[in-house]
Amino acid sequence: MNLGAETATLFDLIWSRHVVTQDAHGRSLLYVDRAVVDDVRAHFVFANMQRRGLKVRNPDLALLIQDHAVATFPPSQDSRSQEFARATRDAARENGIHLFDIGSSRQGISHVAAPESGFAIPGATYVSVDSHAPTVGGIGALGLGCGSTEMEHVLATQTMWMQRPKQARITLTGAPGFGITAKDIVLSILARFGRETFRGMAVEFAGVASGLDVEARMTLCNMAVEMGARTAIVAPNEKVLRWIGARAGAQAEAALREANMIAPLRSGDEARFDLDVTHPCPDEPQITWGTSPAQAMAVNGLAPCAADAAMQQGLAYMDVAEGEPLLGKKVDYVFVGSCTNARYDDLAAAAQILKGRRVAEHVRAVIVPGSRSVERQAVENGVKEIFLQAGFAWGETGCSMCAGGGEKIAPGTRVVSTTNRNFENRQGPGVRTHLASPLTAAACALAGSICDPRPMMQRDGKRQT
Amino acid sequence: MKPFTSVRGKAIPFLLDDIDTDQIAPANLMRTLTPDYSTAMFGHRRENAIAAGSALPFDLPQFAKAPILVTGKNFGCGSAREVAVWALAENGISCIVAPSFSAVFRESCLKNSILPVTLDGDTHAAFAQAVRLDEGRGEFIADLHRQVLSTPDDAEFRFDYDAQERETLLNGLDDVSATLRYSAEIEAWEQRCKQTMPWLRRAALSVDG
Repeated sequence: MNLGAETATLFDLIWSRHVVTQDAHGRSLLYVDRAVVDDVRAHFVFANMQRRGLKVRNPDLALLIQDHAVATFPPSQDSRSQEFARATRDAARENGIHLFDIGSSRQGISHVAAPESGFAIPGATYVSVDSHAPTVGGIGALGLGCGSTEMEHVLATQTMWMQRPKQARITLTGAPGFGITAKDIVLSILARFGRETFRGMAVEFAGVASGLDVEARMTLCNMAVEMGARTAIVAPNEKVLRWIGARAGAQAEAALREANMIAPLRSGDEARFDLDVTHPCPDEPQITWGTSPAQAMAVNGLAPCAADAAMQQGLAYMDVAEGEPLLGKKVDYVFVGSCTNARYDDLAAAAQILKGRRVAEHVRAVIVPGSRSVERQAVENGVKEIFLQAGFAWGETGCSMCAGGGEKIAPGTRVVSTTNRNFENRQGPGVRTHLASPLTAAACALAGSICDPRPMMQRDGKRQT
Repeated sequence: MKPFTSVRGKAIPFLLDDIDTDQIAPANLMRTLTPDYSTAMFGHRRENAIAAGSALPFDLPQFAKAPILVTGKNFGCGSAREVAVWALAENGISCIVAPSFSAVFRESCLKNSILPVTLDGDTHAAFAQAVRLDEGRGEFIADLHRQVLSTPDDAEFRFDYDAQERETLLNGLDDVSATLRYSAEIEAWEQRCKQTMPWLRRAALSVDG
C-alpha cells in the first residue's frame, strides 16, 4: 500500500488492503473477508450455484442467518416462511456453512448478529445480500450490499468486482442535545441532502460521530443506505474494540488491537474527499411525514406544503395535510425493532421512558430485539420486564415488521416505527409508517399519539411528568 | 448469461422518481420460493390503479411485451432483493432508462442481461418526452453496440457506458469464469494476507452458535 498515511481516507485504507488485482478498465477485484446470506435469499443463491456447478470457495468465511422469515410470535410462521427456513438449513448443511438458526444463541438480524458474534470485524470487507450491509460500518468494517447473483460470484470466488466509488465525509458538528439520538441525526441529514447527493458513494461519518456509542454508529451507517450511499463507516476506536471484546470474546478483541497497531483505521489529517460537508446535530427529535426516509421533519414542526407531485403523494398516502402539525396525531401501532434500532442501547433508551408507565389503551406496541444477545442483556438488566410491564408485546428476534414479516396490520393503520423505510405498503398494504427514534416511538406508544419524547425523559435524575 | 446487443420495441413511460423494490416486488406477494411474477410485479400499485378506475402502463394493450421502461430518479432503491429484477425480466423488460439508479439494483440488472441506461437530466427529459408523446404507437431501439437510443422518428440519443460492463453485456460473459482467470492472484492475496493481516484469516467464528 503506497498511499500516504496522511492523505489516505479510512475507506482508502481498507479498500487498498483488499484489492487483489485490477482489470484493463480500472475495476478492482476486491477480496471479500466475510459473506452473509439470509433466509429469504439462501434458496435462490445456492440452488442457482448448484445449477451452474459452482462451489463455495471458503465456507468458513460465509454465514447463513435466519432473520427475514422468522415468525415474530410463534407458532405463526406460515408455510412459505417454513420453506425458506428449510432451504436455509439445507444450504448450510450441503455447503458446510455456519448457520445462526432459529433458537440458536447467536440468532439475530444479519447486521446485528454479525458484528456481535465477531463474524464482522473492523477493517474487514463484509458483503451481504441484504441492502443494509453497511450497518457494520459502525464497527469499522466495510459493508457492501449486493444482489443474489453477485453473491453467487462472491461465494464462488471470495471476491467482488467494483469501480472505486467516490467518497464523502459528513462531519457532524454541535452536540446531540437532550433526547436527540443517532436516528434523529441521520433523519435530519436525509431531510437536508435527500437521496441523490451521496448516490453510490462511500460515506465516512466524522466529528460528533467519533464520540458516539457503537450502537449509535451502526444506526448512522444503516440509514446511509437510504441516502443512496454504497457503503458507510465511522473510524473505530477503543470503544468499538471493547464492545467487540465484551460480545465476541477477548481473542477477537486482541486480534483487532493487533490490526490497529499495524496501521490505525482512521482517515489521515490531510485526507481528501470528493464531497466534504458538515452537518449540525438537530435540536429537535425527527420524524418522517411522508413515504421517503428523506421526508423527515422536527417532531414539533409542521408538515410541508407540497412542492411537487411526489410530496403530494407522500402527504396523501400518510393522510397528513399540508402545514398540519404531526403532534397529537393518533397512533395505532408502535414498532421497536430492525437492524436500524434494535440493539441494546436502543431498547434501554426506550425503557427509560416506558418505566412505570403503560402503553395507551388503543395502541398495539411490539418490540422485537435485534438478536438473542440483545435479548439476554435486556433480560439481565430488567429492560425486558419494563417493556412487558408497559404493555409491549415481546417478539422473537428477526426482521419482523421491517421487512414484510411480523403481524398483519390493517390498511390505514398509523405506525410509529424505529425501522429504516417508510415506503408505501412496506409494513402492509395501506399502512402508514412514521420513522422515528426508539425514544420517540416509546413516547408515542404511551401518549397514543405523535409526541415529543423529551417531557417524558429523566433530566438530571428527575423525571418530568 | 445471454448477451444483450440491442432491443427494439415499445417504450413504457413510467415517469416517477424513487420507485423502490418494495413496489416492484412487494414482500407479501413475492415472498415465496416460486413467485408469480406476472401478477405480483407492482401488485399494490396495480390494485390501487384499478381501485381508482385506471391501469398501470404495463397493463395497457399497447404496451404488451414492451421491452423498454423509461422511469425517474433513484429507480430500484430500497431492498437489495433481486426478485425485483427477475420480475421485470419475466415481464419482458430488457432495458431501463432513468436519470439515476440504486447501485445494487443496477448491478443486478447487469447480471440478468437487462440494460440499465443512465441519462443526464436534460437528455432524459427529452427522451422521456418522446416516449410520452408516442403513447405506445411506435418502436424505439436501445442499441448498446452503438450506445444510442432511438425513437420511431429516428431521433437519436447517445449514452455513455462503462467499457467493461458493455463488453460483459454484449458478449454475455459469465462473471465467475471471467474472475476465475485471476485464481492465481486470489491465491497470492490469501497467502499475503496470512502474513500481513492474519487476524482477517483466523476462524471467523470460534464456537457453534
